[in-house]
Amino acid sequence: MSPNQPAAAPADVFDVAVVGAGVVGSAVARELSGYRLRVALVDARHDVGDVTSKANTAILHTGFDAKPGSLEARLVHDGYLLLTDYAESVGIPVERTGALLVAWNAEQHESLPGLRDKAEANGYHETFLIDADAVYEREPHLGPGALGGLVVPGESIICPWTTTLAYATEAKARGVELLLGRTVTGADVGADATTLQTSAGPIRARWVVNAAGLGSDHLDRAFGHDRFTITPRRGELFVFDKLTRPLVSEVLLPVPSAKGKGVLISPTIYGNVMLGPTAEDLTDRTDTSTSAEGFAQLLDKGRTILPELLAQEVTATYAGLRAATEHSDYVVDVDPAQRYLCLGGIRSTGLTSSMALAQHAADLLGGAGLDLVPVPDAELPEPPRMPYIGESGVRPFADPERIASDPAYGEIVCFCERVTRGEIRDALASAIPPTDRGGLARRTRATNGRCQGFYCGAHVDDLLNGGKGHA
Amino acid sequence: MREQRRTRVAIVGGGPAGLTAAKALAGTEDVLVIEREAEAGGIPRHSNHWGYGVRDLRTVTTGPAYARRLAEGADEAGAELMTSAMVTGWDGRTLEVTSPNGLVSVEADAVVLATGARERPRTARRIPGDRPAGVYTTGELQNHVHVYGHSVGTRAVVVGSELVSWSAVMTLRHAGARTVLMTSARSEADTYAAVGLAGRVAFGVPVATRTTVERVIGKGRVTGVEVLDHATGRSRMVACDSVVFTADWIPDHELAVKLGLNLQPGSLAPLVDTALRTQAPGVFAAGNLLHPVDTADNAALDGRRVAASVRRWLSGARNLADGVPVHAAEPLTWIAPGLVRPGDPAPVGGRLVAWTSEYVRFPTVVAVQDGREIGRVRTPWPAAPGRIFRIPFSLLAGLDPSGSAVEVRLAS
Repeated sequence: MSPNQPAAAPADVFDVAVVGAGVVGSAVARELSGYRLRVALVDARHDVGDVTSKANTAILHTGFDAKPGSLEARLVHDGYLLLTDYAESVGIPVERTGALLVAWNAEQHESLPGLRDKAEANGYHETFLIDADAVYEREPHLGPGALGGLVVPGESIICPWTTTLAYATEAKARGVELLLGRTVTGADVGADATTLQTSAGPIRARWVVNAAGLGSDHLDRAFGHDRFTITPRRGELFVFDKLTRPLVSEVLLPVPSAKGKGVLISPTIYGNVMLGPTAEDLTDRTDTSTSAEGFAQLLDKGRTILPELLAQEVTATYAGLRAATEHSDYVVDVDPAQRYLCLGGIRSTGLTSSMALAQHAADLLGGAGLDLVPVPDAELPEPPRMPYIGESGVRPFADPERIASDPAYGEIVCFCERVTRGEIRDALASAIPPTDRGGLARRTRATNGRCQGFYCGAHVDDLLNGGKGHA
Repeated sequence: MREQRRTRVAIVGGGPAGLTAAKALAGTEDVLVIEREAEAGGIPRHSNHWGYGVRDLRTVTTGPAYARRLAEGADEAGAELMTSAMVTGWDGRTLEVTSPNGLVSVEADAVVLATGARERPRTARRIPGDRPAGVYTTGELQNHVHVYGHSVGTRAVVVGSELVSWSAVMTLRHAGARTVLMTSARSEADTYAAVGLAGRVAFGVPVATRTTVERVIGKGRVTGVEVLDHATGRSRMVACDSVVFTADWIPDHELAVKLGLNLQPGSLAPLVDTALRTQAPGVFAAGNLLHPVDTADNAALDGRRVAASVRRWLSGARNLADGVPVHAAEPLTWIAPGLVRPGDPAPVGGRLVAWTSEYVRFPTVVAVQDGREIGRVRTPWPAAPGRIFRIPFSLLAGLDPSGSAVEVRLAS
């Protein structure tokens, strides 16, 4: 028997339905699964983390530049610590590369001391200012014209795919029901339970958590509110070939402006170098296409920061949509009468803040009347051990013991990313298996490399389809 | 836990160049071919059409049959073929290899890089739009169709109009997909000069010249592409359920770059001399890694040359004369080999190989060194984009071994 079998609720009513299986919703479901609750995690997509959470800049932020006193500042600060520990315990790839904010003009240069003070106000005390010589000593490939910099040693890079998967995998192991492929189209709040209308039949739950990201304002309106509107802010990114990785040793941040953090250059956890994102407000919430204008803008910005990068080979391009709102902070509010918690306007910092936000969500739900009875640790399953897909650690292809125990870990299928047949097999047999090539790529890196499937695409598709083998 | 082994010669890549080199060296030397695919043979394995083996085997056969013959030839000669084995790192002498049998460090007295070339995918060409399924390179397309028997849609757009592009059209047809459009960035004359009219006549494929694909469209699977006609400046949508990005070659140079070998600027291939030595002692290179891309039989002929050079190295020949660099100038984008040393043999086949960005029907090739024209040859064959342009080595007969770099260009 699962530790989360409901004591009283009818079988067809969940205690809590979390709508949205991105990084935030998955974190919330995981958090709630630590209590004696029957929880559903609902998403329109057929995979977790398949919309905004898969396409961000993948930085684990210290929160040094958040708005002091805001909810976001607190949750990013706390979330950074929580996720750093969790990543260690379940095997989410993290590299503490540090970050360098580079000032390219006098105005930016003058604002650096203020940013240091802001970091202090946010409880982050490790930043320090450096002069131009020190900037070039740290990053000799930077373009000319840097006037100085602010070092943020704690900024880290993280695998956003493994993060969401780890939360959802642990939630599932603790009894959360993962209801994928269900688009929520409406909500009827009843006396004891809310009925969520979905594309695949109704789901009934006593409490509803809105973690619907780009759709969070629509769901909020279904509950009768009108307090924010999502403006999808498109961010396009270039991922350069791994051979460029020696060009940069840390995250190169621009000095922030009103429109977000601007274009950065960052090593990726998979050993590439990333340039992006642009920031363009759209109306179409599904438009994750890249554009000629976006590319031109990225190259223009990149030329100033790291001119050598631009002539190098591009491995991938993509665009993500941030769930931006008209508010400067997260829109987090619980409505006890409707038994409804809204987690809206969670921007790209949501990756970092996710665990703190999940704890905060549980506190709010408890305060609003949800009965939170912790499941004793002894009854909870062990946290999952996620397959390691980072570049800095040892992966199966380089692990003689793994290969000796199972030769499939020595059979490299995706050459560019060194992904073995054993890893692909494991992903397909995992608790939350991929349903398409993108899903497999997020679990293993297969086909994500410089050849984009020239060598392995057909083989990978064959394995995805059950490995029928050669014609 | 890492097995250690030694070999006289390690060859990285079991395609036409590597297998031919292995066959030539085996018997007298102990030769290990390291191939990351499950079967040796390289690209011809999945090029299921005729025309292979002309220059090296003096026969005409299909790609898969050719691949098998080369692999058997190397095996029968006594070379060891290690398949499903990938070199993941090296220091120029010791190769780190992963295979289902475990990790092996292979220490070799000579290493031949024969890792071939591939087509740039859509992302590397920086073409924006959606990221749907159904977007291929020719390499992936042919793997799907000829190796796995997958279906690849019914209406295809083929980007490019080089030899390989027509190969893609044939594969699509074999798989039951109609090529509704081929796009060529070049003018009509340059497009047809590269492959002749044969393709268009034989396949009935419409070709749009001076046209590029500007955007890929589709959620889930591709539903169309936006093409821009550079002559009129007009864009239009072409409906399709697969897109094949052909040609636009890049050598698989990861190991060369990781060792810090000098690259040829135009091709990004490792720089070699006419004996196919790289700048690293005991490290050689052969095949389409050096000239992306020539036909398989010409890659194989590199294998014979590199075998002779490896043999000389193993017998202790060390003192090399300084070489004279050879650079390509517009409209030539690269030339190989890029280094000529006095006393070295003429390049493979007695010709330098180059790539051109413009079609020239009756080219005159000029070599200039230290501001002085040192050679001039006319070729009876054209210089055509999308295929190797061969230049008789007599062009450099007047080269001054103590002079500076030679520039090779086409006379206007």
